[in-house]
Amino acid sequence: MNDLILEAHDLWEDFSEKQVLNNLSFKLKRGTFLSIVGENGVGKTTLIKIILGQLKPTKGTIEFFPNRKAVKIGYVPQFRNIGDEYPLSVKNFVSLNFNGYKLPWLSRHEKARLKQILQQTNLTKIENEPLGQTSGGEKQRAYLAQALINQPDLLILDESTASLDPIAKENLLELVKNLNQKTGVTVISVTHDIPLTKQFSDEFLLLKADGYETGPINDLNVYDYQGGQ
Amino acid sequence: MFSLEFMQHAYLASTIIAIVCGFIGVFVVSRNMPFLTHTLSEIGFAGAAFGMFVGLSPLDGMLIFTMISSVLVGKMGSRASRREDSISAISGLFIGLGVLFLALSNKSASYATNILFGSVVGINATDVYQMIGLSIIVLVVLLVIYRNLKFDSFDPIGAKAQHVNSSLMSIVFLLLLALSVSVVAQIVGSLLIFILLTLPAASAKYFAHSVSKMIACSIAFGLIGVWVGLYLGYVTNWPVSFFIATIECLIYFSALAFNYYQKKA
Repeated sequence: MNDLILEAHDLWEDFSEKQVLNNLSFKLKRGTFLSIVGENGVGKTTLIKIILGQLKPTKGTIEFFPNRKAVKIGYVPQFRNIGDEYPLSVKNFVSLNFNGYKLPWLSRHEKARLKQILQQTNLTKIENEPLGQTSGGEKQRAYLAQALINQPDLLILDESTASLDPIAKENLLELVKNLNQKTGVTVISVTHDIPLTKQFSDEFLLLKADGYETGPINDLNVYDYQGGQ
Repeated sequence: MFSLEFMQHAYLASTIIAIVCGFIGVFVVSRNMPFLTHTLSEIGFAGAAFGMFVGLSPLDGMLIFTMISSVLVGKMGSRASRREDSISAISGLFIGLGVLFLALSNKSASYATNILFGSVVGINATDVYQMIGLSIIVLVVLLVIYRNLKFDSFDPIGAKAQHVNSSLMSIVFLLLLALSVSVVAQIVGSLLIFILLTLPAASAKYFAHSVSKMIACSIAFGLIGVWVGLYLGYVTNWPVSFFIATIECLIYFSALAFNYYQKKA
């Protein structure tokens, strides 16, 4: 049985002003925690958009196994507009992702899943607090819980730790790693944080202006990476 | 008071309106569209005047104008940076058109006053049935798209990431809003529509932390406004719209005060 979840074949993306992703090919096994690193502007977000199907590569393809429809993706975007007066509670925010043309109220199965994901992401204690009044780390956990609620096969985090303090960063990645190990969800994390990446990831994909490197996380050379902290 | 047929119609119609406004208003506020709603009500004024000019009922004229223009306004204002400017431009144009159609149809100033400020006690049984029909359409469609609309309105970035069809939600919502504006205009007039479509929902968000509870609170605030407003209008013979606007504003200011003291506590 093929244990890959996706494989990129010779990806190129040409924007009018520049070209990114020069002939990028890589494989991703199910259950792997992959970190995508690289300086700003080398195509990290472009690659995520291609994986999500929001952008078509100029050349090359991404192949999903067994097929694109069968692979459920949960995505935590880089920016969210949640202000102080945002009214929904953590629980109600997380459950927004139970979408589709269904009955307005949650089914028994959905309620049980909501309870489970709130527990798994350590949000049960604050589930009734308005999301707007929670800390940065708690908000990121709520975004994570929302992305995970439909039990995706692939979880994509786009610089989720960027705005957090060092302790909250570590806590969030530890939580993601635990879920990755317990549930087997494959993780792609875009990050600039090399020390934490080395602590929690299995593999890396370093994008550069003139190419890329990929391999087990222990092979990631900090000196190869110019944009880290 | 309830032995009078026109008061029965007025109470029935305003109850329906408070329910529709309370429901859709929660999404108006979360999608940050109060200003657009205000513009739609002015477009409704032009539509009613147009209806009179060409021999249609004011409601039909309003429906035609608000439904077509809501989609145009929504498309023009899809970029936040130019939303306010484009809405201002369209608003000005339609008020001008309303004045023109009124002048061309040779209607008196009192007719214009009726469109602008509403005539709740002048509602007849046919108007009430028409309102019930349109309100049912709005509520049923809202319930069908409820989960996607909720996601798209309360977390547009997350909804887009999970492939919710935002542009479809936006168009369907604008059409529903146009329908609601046309219905509500019958009661409070086009100038004060946005009061019922925005203030009860804007107040509700300080008291509830789920969409369904916000809708319930928003409907309750709307009902208090129209019921008490109608009673005070009946007793004093002052315009009902004045009372509705004042009550809704008082509820909103109380909600702000509640929020302020809750944060301090």
